[in-house]
Amino acid sequence: MQSSALKESQVIVNGHQEIAHHGHPDHRMFGVILFLIADSMTFLGFFAAFLIYRAIMPVWPPEGTPELELLVPIINTVILVSSSFVMHKGQVALKKNDIKGLQLWFAITAVMGLAFLLGQGYEYFHAEMGLTTNLFSSCFFALTGFHGLHVTVGVSLILSVLWRSRTEAHYSSSSHFGVEAAEIYWHFVDVIWLILFILVYLL
Amino acid sequence: MEQTHPQRKWQDYFGFSTDHKVIGVQYLVTAFFFYLVGGALAEVMRVELATPDPDFVQPEFYNQLMTMHGSIMLFLWIIPAGAAFANYLIPLMIGAEDMAFPRLNAVAFWMIPPGGIFFLCSFFVGAPQAGWTSYPPLSLVSGLWGEEIWILSVLVLGTSSMLGGINFVTTILKMRIPEMDIHSMPLFCWSMLATSALIILGTPVLAAALILLSFDLIAGTAFFNPAGGGDPIVYQHMFWFYSHPAVYIMVLPFFGVISEILPVHARKPIFGYRAIAYSSLAISFLGLIVWAHHMFTSGTPGWLRMFFMATTMIIAVPTGIKVFSWCATLWGGKLNLNSALLFGIGFLSSFLIGGLSGVMVASAPFDIHVHDTYFVVAHFHYVLFGGAVFALFAAVYHWFPKMSGRMVNETLGRIHFILTFVGFNLTFLPMHPLGLQGMNRRIALYDPQFQAVNELVTIGSFILAVSTIPFLINMVWSVFKGEKAPRNPWNALTLEWQTSSPPIIENFEEEPVLWAGPYDYGIDSESIDGDEEVEDMLAEVGSSS
Repeated sequence: MQSSALKESQVIVNGHQEIAHHGHPDHRMFGVILFLIADSMTFLGFFAAFLIYRAIMPVWPPEGTPELELLVPIINTVILVSSSFVMHKGQVALKKNDIKGLQLWFAITAVMGLAFLLGQGYEYFHAEMGLTTNLFSSCFFALTGFHGLHVTVGVSLILSVLWRSRTEAHYSSSSHFGVEAAEIYWHFVDVIWLILFILVYLL
Repeated sequence: MEQTHPQRKWQDYFGFSTDHKVIGVQYLVTAFFFYLVGGALAEVMRVELATPDPDFVQPEFYNQLMTMHGSIMLFLWIIPAGAAFANYLIPLMIGAEDMAFPRLNAVAFWMIPPGGIFFLCSFFVGAPQAGWTSYPPLSLVSGLWGEEIWILSVLVLGTSSMLGGINFVTTILKMRIPEMDIHSMPLFCWSMLATSALIILGTPVLAAALILLSFDLIAGTAFFNPAGGGDPIVYQHMFWFYSHPAVYIMVLPFFGVISEILPVHARKPIFGYRAIAYSSLAISFLGLIVWAHHMFTSGTPGWLRMFFMATTMIIAVPTGIKVFSWCATLWGGKLNLNSALLFGIGFLSSFLIGGLSGVMVASAPFDIHVHDTYFVVAHFHYVLFGGAVFALFAAVYHWFPKMSGRMVNETLGRIHFILTFVGFNLTFLPMHPLGLQGMNRRIALYDPQFQAVNELVTIGSFILAVSTIPFLINMVWSVFKGEKAPRNPWNALTLEWQTSSPPIIENFEEEPVLWAGPYDYGIDSESIDGDEEVEDMLAEVGSSS
């Protein structure tokens, strides 16, 4: 008697989960995309401010601004752009249920992200200007710094995906929101960097 | 096997609940607390302004009061109050169990009380004095810590608002019951969609501006400091890129509320459903390209002034469409003049004045004349108090039975309405002539010729303060002792009235059925293809024909 009641409730629980599963399609990716739209507006604000300064100041960059060294940022750009492709290979591997592949490619991406941050640190350390030297240097450090913060968050997301992937069957070819969210965030950070690189270094 | 529903406990309202209904009430009560705080600050200002000399408080303290009053009312009262109704109503109106991201929802709410208390603590270190706009260079020289607390609080509250916006958009677009297409969802959902779009696109730009301002304050950069080669106008552009849309963030939810309340209490279908729905989106889009009308006196070049003057005036078109539609909805209706509809009509008349004076100040030549005078103060109080707050009270009276399961006391509600309406107009109507005659805003002292009118205004503000007393008594008394509310006391058609009052934790016993459009009041039964059940239900909600 007792066991049959238990069984019945088990069935109902399972049935309920089934309904819950159908009743709640996963909207998390949609939310992440909305968040990235919002985040891109923050960068748009910074870029707009930078472009307005550029447009209204009689001399830009202001006199006495040292020439920006291009070698390290170009290497950084190459690293960051190629890391997006490396990371995508990880997701492709996961789609084939190849967790080892996911871990390998994501680990390489994280290392590339860290290399980018190290390059950025090297650049800051060797810059011949400080945060308050002039308006250009303030913009330079604020923009690259805010982007660097995003790279740091991106690396943390990748590392947490790696950490979670240690649990058996945490990610599978059909259920891997965390992997996709980390990847789209990383692509976003990558695209922002390309715009930032053109605005700050090349223009 | 009988299913048992878990019961709501009163403790839920004080904790980290992920139920959208609990969160909605938490938002509303928290916001109302800050309304009382902001109102108290305003009363101190009005006492000071009863006489031309700065004799009641120090001018510096007056500046603090003015800054805190504005910031509290915007960031801690009207915006969270809009989020309160959005949280409570959207899932119920679209037949969902909860918001799309319940935990994120709770996180967004729980950023508000700490943010608000942190903000109030700025009084201990000298509250900010640069106005809610915090224009540099003034904000860079008027007290470091007050200003920095202002920045951090606004960043926290802005993040909360943005997380809410993401939740609202996802819920509205993705969680409607299958029969409800986008053109049969209640207009409140449309207005929240438009509001959330503005929140998502605008708030981050304000965050960018405040981060740069913070660098100027603390790190000694000169983004906005002309002394170091920066440009304060850039701040103004970034600030208003958010803060003009913020006006619509504050008023659009209440446009939606009014579109819900008027048809129910007038027993008529809404006039122009699609016109109202699309005009919300139009306002939202146009709202993003009008910001520099706040900067007509900031050395904005002529061609830019022309552009922003034109776009600002164009906003009057979608807004006018709404106002005409609401009037047409009321026209010839069987008006049930209860507290909810009284506040709704109060909204209509006050917001109309605010909207019209908005067209006046949109005109650059006129605006240059009244810039930073009491005319502007009168204008935005007619929009934000006459518009948002009147509709907010209408919403409280309309949905109180649903939220609490009890009816409100109508007598106290009407007393509340009369005191609010008289107090409001006595406070803000005389500010129009004061401004036209040149009385400057944001200053503790003024020319003695304005004293008589200012005394009148101060009396009006006291009436406004008193008006909250019958409201508070009504709310507290009705929550405990009010008459039990039926499922659908107003015979309304939107889905939230199909469940019990208050709704069970899962919202609906079973998935609700969409058996009529949200505003099909008074539709004759022949058009319903002889579906008896639907005919009966329509007859129940008072088909008037």
